[in-house]
Amino acid sequence: MERFITQDNLQRFTAALAEKKNVLAPVASGGTTTFRRLRPGMQLDFSRMAVISPKDATFPRNETLLTVQRYPEESGKRMELQEHLPEGEMVVIGCRPCGTRGKLVFDPVYETLAIKDPYYIRRRDGATFITLACARPETTCFCHSVGSGPADATGSDILLTAVEGGFVAKAVTPKGEELLGDALFEEPGARAEEAERNNTKAREMMGQAHDFSSAAEKLLKRFDDMDFWQTQSDKCISCGACTYMCPTCYCFNITDDEAGLVSRRLRTWDNCMSHTFTLEGSGHNPRSTKAHRLKNRMGHKFSYYPDLHGGQIACCGCGRCIKQCPAGVDIRQVVMAAQEYPDER
Amino acid sequence: MNANPYLPDMATVVEVIEETPNIKSFRLVLNDEEKMRSFSFKPGQVGQLSVFGAGESTFVINSSPTRMEYLQFSVMRVGEVTTRLHQLKAGDQVGVRAPLGKPFPVEDMQGKNILFIGGGIGMAPLRTLFTYMLDTRDDYQDITLLYGARSPVDLTYQAELPDWLAREDVKTVLCVDNEYPGWEHKVGLIPNILLEMNPSPENTVAITCGPPIMIKFTLQALKKLDFADEQIITTLEKRMKCGVGICGRCNIGTQYVCLDGPVFTYAQLKELPSEL
Repeated sequence: MERFITQDNLQRFTAALAEKKNVLAPVASGGTTTFRRLRPGMQLDFSRMAVISPKDATFPRNETLLTVQRYPEESGKRMELQEHLPEGEMVVIGCRPCGTRGKLVFDPVYETLAIKDPYYIRRRDGATFITLACARPETTCFCHSVGSGPADATGSDILLTAVEGGFVAKAVTPKGEELLGDALFEEPGARAEEAERNNTKAREMMGQAHDFSSAAEKLLKRFDDMDFWQTQSDKCISCGACTYMCPTCYCFNITDDEAGLVSRRLRTWDNCMSHTFTLEGSGHNPRSTKAHRLKNRMGHKFSYYPDLHGGQIACCGCGRCIKQCPAGVDIRQVVMAAQEYPDER
Repeated sequence: MNANPYLPDMATVVEVIEETPNIKSFRLVLNDEEKMRSFSFKPGQVGQLSVFGAGESTFVINSSPTRMEYLQFSVMRVGEVTTRLHQLKAGDQVGVRAPLGKPFPVEDMQGKNILFIGGGIGMAPLRTLFTYMLDTRDDYQDITLLYGARSPVDLTYQAELPDWLAREDVKTVLCVDNEYPGWEHKVGLIPNILLEMNPSPENTVAITCGPPIMIKFTLQALKKLDFADEQIITTLEKRMKCGVGICGRCNIGTQYVCLDGPVFTYAQLKELPSEL
């Protein structure tokens, strides 16, 4: 099902949605565009890709897993444990296909036959994704090299494509179809073909895709060549911007926070580029240098994960880690160097 | 395990044993009587212990499934959580998420000679299997235990050592690094004592755990004694958070120590990228 909506009506539609549900949308503020909870009066900013993807919708940077209530000893009462499962629905509008697809990397890890992460699953199932196809891919974009493209609707409920005067909205799921039933959406007419043309043009602008298919094997072959990894990680300052900006990075920390008689068990985004990530109590650290850590980060995304999950690369090609890296480390260059590296050495 | 894999079961500390100056053993009973009755695990599986307000850490369940009056965990005091654990006394409440990980391949070891080589706190994961085998003694041929520590006061499970030494159906050898007044057992490093003992690899499985440096030289000694890689089993330790293969820090390549381990044969370890 395809519909058309004018720019003004999309703003109206989103504002009305935000009265009933939590809506996460790109909003310009202080020179950057970030996803924020849409409040009355806020304007959507579709002009550029948001600095961080809307990963928070399904995997918040900080969430309470459990709380524990203690009682004074003289009360004779034992401590009480309570789980905090998320409730409610969330609509994410205006994320790019790469940001939406980030959650697809979580799925086979957070929901297996044996283990089901109820926090992630509840958020994912309660979320609706209204994705905006990319009209002008950037030089840091490489979604086409990791099995996607600027109009990839996988993981979305609705795909919006910008056309003259507004957007063509395509329903991808029944949930999306229901939303397009709103009276603000019109018959698309010839605009459907215009959208098609725009999407083709955007894909053509990206040029030739790079073939990462040999990366899984080559990265393993490079595993013990620490000279290679030292060279690749020379510029890295272990700040972790790449991990925090990444739509597919799903590693986390669990810590306790105590205030008086109540303690909370928190889950927070974690950063595999940090020395403390794998530091053991004894002082031993299996990934003791940034070279070890970069190797694991590249290996995880382009080798271990694809090996475990049907060849799917754990990278959505959004290029945020390249754009935000203060030292200019380029994930594409690192993996390509591993691929191109001579086998005999 | 609960449907929510992060939700611990509340448990009560029933006994605290001071093993060494920095190791204590905690005996726990789940508060839910039904859960305690139906709790089932195999030797080598681990659990996450919570001290609420401080956090959670991973330890092997070192009691045996043949003795289910309590679950025992031995904890060396090294960091925040373990320091708070060491402050616990009988009656205190903790959280337990267990069992996690894969156990020792006990069925495959039946009918074989068993050689345990434990160093320091590395005796904890061996204790569960050793106790289990003592309780199912007829299933195995000769059982030998070589257990060493830096000094006599660093040997854990002191309360059990006299029984282990006295038993005629197992051969127990103790060692410490240097001479100490009153020490009547072996003196020397574990790998050297092992070579001296010269055990035959014939129909034998060697199970070893200890500090990385001890493991390294013990493996070399076992190879010198002609043990095949498949005959050597160890259990690994890594920093862990979730314990269920999600949080992403205990992996060695594609293998997650919390899910696919912590028990690995030396043959399996050799297949993995070198990131111990």
